[in-house]
Amino acid sequence: MSLLEARGLSKRFGGVRAVDHLDLALAEGDLLGLIGPNGAGKTTAFNLLSGFLAPDAGEIRLRGRSIVGLKPHRICQLGVARTFQIVRPFPRMTVLQNVEVGALARHAGTGAAVRVARAVVEQVGLGPKANAVASGLTMPERKRLELARALATEPAVLLLDEVMAGLNPTEIERMVVLLREIHAAGMSMLLIEHNMRAVMALSQRVVVLNFGSKIAEGAPAEVARHPKVVEAYLGEEYVDAAPAR
Amino acid sequence: MTWLGIAALGVLLALPAVVSSYVLTILIFIFFYAFLGQAWNVVGGYAGQLSVGHAAFLGVGAYASAVLAQEVGLSPWLGMFVGGALAGALGAVIGYLGFRFGLRGFYFVLLTVAFAEVCRIVVNNVEAVGGAVGFYITFTGDPRQFQFRDNRAWYYVTLVLMLAATGIVALIERRRFGVYLAAIREDESAAEALGVDTLRYKMLAMIVSSFLTGVGGTFYACYLLSLQPNAVFGIPLSVEIIIRPIVGGSGTLLGPILGSFILTPLAEVSRYYLGQGGWHGAHLIAYGVLLVAVVLFLPEGAYPRLVRLVRARKRA
Repeated sequence: MSLLEARGLSKRFGGVRAVDHLDLALAEGDLLGLIGPNGAGKTTAFNLLSGFLAPDAGEIRLRGRSIVGLKPHRICQLGVARTFQIVRPFPRMTVLQNVEVGALARHAGTGAAVRVARAVVEQVGLGPKANAVASGLTMPERKRLELARALATEPAVLLLDEVMAGLNPTEIERMVVLLREIHAAGMSMLLIEHNMRAVMALSQRVVVLNFGSKIAEGAPAEVARHPKVVEAYLGEEYVDAAPAR
Repeated sequence: MTWLGIAALGVLLALPAVVSSYVLTILIFIFFYAFLGQAWNVVGGYAGQLSVGHAAFLGVGAYASAVLAQEVGLSPWLGMFVGGALAGALGAVIGYLGFRFGLRGFYFVLLTVAFAEVCRIVVNNVEAVGGAVGFYITFTGDPRQFQFRDNRAWYYVTLVLMLAATGIVALIERRRFGVYLAAIREDESAAEALGVDTLRYKMLAMIVSSFLTGVGGTFYACYLLSLQPNAVFGIPLSVEIIIRPIVGGSGTLLGPILGSFILTPLAEVSRYYLGQGGWHGAHLIAYGVLLVAVVLFLPEGAYPRLVRLVRARKRA
């Protein structure tokens, strides 16, 4: 049984089919990349999976249990945590307090929640900034904070929406290392990412979306050579580079 | 900090022995408005849901306990909780309508104002509770009827009200409830994504806030002995309730108290001198100017600024 599974997931906005009969399956311990050109429906798919949008059709199951129609906070409590592409820190709270909010989803007492939050803050490398106010963080730090808050909810699945966007190559390298560590510790992840190097380096499998539909799925190297994917998105330059890896 | 608190409390306890009755009256209103500000602070400050209709809760609490005392003979000591419960129920209705249907920002403000106005108009037209003439309470001076002949007793009653509300807010602040309210204020969708049942916690905040405000209605009724619908349910009173925590620092524990110590004497003095000159209501203009100044120059309120000044001085 899949950990998280979507069948025939569809969402339209007016005449636009943002997500069109999408099937996705994530097994325990998977790290699945979700790629596609701008407007392909990746973030809409995340909003459907995390309950921020209601699908027009289709089914979403977490460990076999339907989570369609549940509110985002319930879905989080059941074990699906998401980050936002445009980071949304609680600006006037400290890094530690931000992460504490996530930890409170599993620990009702603030004492226990703060302990968990402190550990997660260390894990993502924000230890020295624990008591800094979130509004003063740099972009790479904000991305880490976004990740830390989601991790603190102790999810079964992490949905990461472009955690590398806006980072420079060195920072991306560090984020890849961090995500590898988290994955190695047993976390299942679904990763939306525009940075191809990062997706190819991290993912075991990649799903490619275009105009809301899945156009390819498979190992990163296979997908990169798939003619439909090349046509839709990657371009000649990348096809030449991919087999060399 | 603890010692400073204990010293401040000692001064407040000893004050009635040395100050005049007039000063005592001003202090009573400082405490009472600090209490109301603290009650508002739960939903307006911590949860960031701007209610500008809190007079409705005060009015419901005041009328409930006054009518029960006069017509049924229920002691206001019990009536204050009945009034609080009714105000809490009204808060739940307003909160549900606002939060369930996702009214944010100005739309929520309008909803709360509208409800307070509806209350004002309804009570103005219900003859059983005096209608537009108002409702009057017989003065007995009997402590069992929540009435005191000595201003010093009123002083301690309002001091206890203020401290109790502050204690409740301090408890909320340190628990999951308080952290969740702050998260909702800062970014509701992000809070929702982190497992916060935002509807539930906003409702709870509204109920706690309106309950406390309703409890305060009993003091209002028994101290002033007359209830006028246009005053008790009016927008000016709602503004009086919210302006102190905003000036002092909304969403902070001591903001409403500091705000009340700044504004209540100012209101009293300006009301007195401007009123004498025939400028009735001019203090409301002064409030408006002050509110604009606070929004421009002290958006987070006086208390957070004060804390930063003290810290900077310590470091220097």
